[in-house]
Amino acid sequence: MAEPIIPPAIEVTGVTCGYDGNVVLKDISFTVPRGEIFFVIGGSGCGKSTLLRNLIGLNNPMAGKVKFLGQSFTDADLAARRKLLKTFGVLYQGGALWSSLTLRQNVALPMEEHTALSAREIAELTSLKLAQVGLTGFEDYYPSEISGGMKKRAGLARALALDPSIVFLDEPSAGLDPVTSRKLDELVLQVRESFGTTLVVVSHELASIFGIADRVIMLDRAEQGIIAMGPPRELAQGSRDPRVIEFLHRGDRLAAP
Amino acid sequence: MPESVSTAHANASATLAGDVLTVELSGDWSITAGLRPMWATVLAGRQPKRVVVRGNGLGQWDSSLLLFLFETQEWCKITGAYYDAKELPAKVRALLGQMSVSHETSVPFDRSENFFTAVGEATLDVWRKTKVFIGECVLGAVRLVKRPQKFRWADCVEEMQLCGAMALPIVSLVSFLVGVTLAYTGAIVLRQYGGDIYVADLIGLSMVREMGALMTGVVLAGRTGAAFAATLGNMRANEEIDALETLGISAVDFLVLPRLIALAVMMPLLAMYANALGILGGMAVSMNILKIPPSAYWVEMLTIVDLSDILVGTIKGATFGLIVGLAGCLRGIEAERSAAGVGRAATSAVVTAILLIIIADAIYAVIFNILGL
Repeated sequence: MAEPIIPPAIEVTGVTCGYDGNVVLKDISFTVPRGEIFFVIGGSGCGKSTLLRNLIGLNNPMAGKVKFLGQSFTDADLAARRKLLKTFGVLYQGGALWSSLTLRQNVALPMEEHTALSAREIAELTSLKLAQVGLTGFEDYYPSEISGGMKKRAGLARALALDPSIVFLDEPSAGLDPVTSRKLDELVLQVRESFGTTLVVVSHELASIFGIADRVIMLDRAEQGIIAMGPPRELAQGSRDPRVIEFLHRGDRLAAP
Repeated sequence: MPESVSTAHANASATLAGDVLTVELSGDWSITAGLRPMWATVLAGRQPKRVVVRGNGLGQWDSSLLLFLFETQEWCKITGAYYDAKELPAKVRALLGQMSVSHETSVPFDRSENFFTAVGEATLDVWRKTKVFIGECVLGAVRLVKRPQKFRWADCVEEMQLCGAMALPIVSLVSFLVGVTLAYTGAIVLRQYGGDIYVADLIGLSMVREMGALMTGVVLAGRTGAAFAATLGNMRANEEIDALETLGISAVDFLVLPRLIALAVMMPLLAMYANALGILGGMAVSMNILKIPPSAYWVEMLTIVDLSDILVGTIKGATFGLIVGLAGCLRGIEAERSAAGVGRAATSAVVTAILLIIIADAIYAVIFNILGL
């Protein structure tokens, strides 16, 4: 069989991860093609965030391999790793904006570090990124001076600063009201439309799952692994696993207008 | 013969007929209304083969009733008596069932460790983290020398203001008072020999060589070291340090080096300032209490304090600055992701810094002695 010419955005093979020798997830494998909005779902404590930390290199998996755009990230040397870090952006749960910098400086910093752009060009791009997430007029605010929803939007602007091919979002709707969270979902769709970005979203927000996910994997705590994979509506209707049905059932009713 | 125990509003009375003990529960059972009847008191040493519990006269009840019934049930289980609670309300029986389950399944989670294991692992952990951290700082310093334009000078200057200029009032007060205290203490001894004037030598030498740098170090450990640990600890808890890592920006270059350099530059300056204030404090006491004119004090001091003493104080100051900065940043970066973790980081930053300052001071005393400085 011939190798595919364009490698998928993310390839995860046999990843086992956990903390201090305690395994949380065992032998996780999945592939995310480019341009997909891919959700990692599951109940609290099932290891969604642990998996995310292992994918983005904050923790090293106990076993297995993570590849971005066909290149191995897990066992990359320092230079290769630094190069791969530029291919993805991360929106952390609370935004994780650097509190000593203004929004403008927050978005500009990745560009200052990794590009040869002039200060003028960086300033232009920063304004554009912040405008894309609807934060025009707040460029010179500090993170402590804006609301939780705005912090997440600013975090997304920063994650998009280097025009990455992949963006990870950790519970983007946690702690947001339904309207704000809906707007964030629309922003995610818009990012994909504009740049063809692959988006990996860790979430248990059913409205988002049915609203924007192309495909989901569902993790389970007892199983320590993936118990379902596929488009959310198909899973809600076609799955025979009571855990999947229970999780998605309420959402289906909620999502129906 | 009925045995009845009632406390506050709760009442339990037990009647023995043959081998059957009938317990009548009545009244209001509340966990907050003082003592409840105890099973042992109600039983009063009798040995029934069957215990029947009835709750016909029960009013309001809460967990205290469950505790009593659970005691009863456990006693029956141990002695083999038949426990009959069929006449209790269904709600009570259901709750009691839950209690039995929780009792049987709750095995305490033992977090305790062997003392020696704990100490050994903590030591190894500190060693590992310190090694990595210092190594990263050295690498960061090399990168700084190679590409100084990438260094965050603005942050560094801001930190200099925070840890240097803003610390002037407290450093002034502390070192002035140290000078005053030294003058009084010195005068007690020197006066006996009519050598009041040598107070100037004592203060000049001890401030410049020891106390100036030491006191500044201790003040900055509490003021700046704790602030570094708390700031970086909070950044870790907020995932700000993770965000740096996933963007390929070194947390050491971005956060640690500007702070370290700011402290290493400001500390010797603060220490020299402290020397001056300490000498001034001693001069004030000498003038008012010992009646030594300031000019005589100054001239006497210059006979013993020379440039090598000031050099000693400055070297110590820079070292203590680095110690405070390293301890604060290391503890902050390694902090646990919680409010308690940030608190512990700040505490241990101060303790580590002060401890290392004293140790470094002792080592310097030996080294300077050998060098004849």
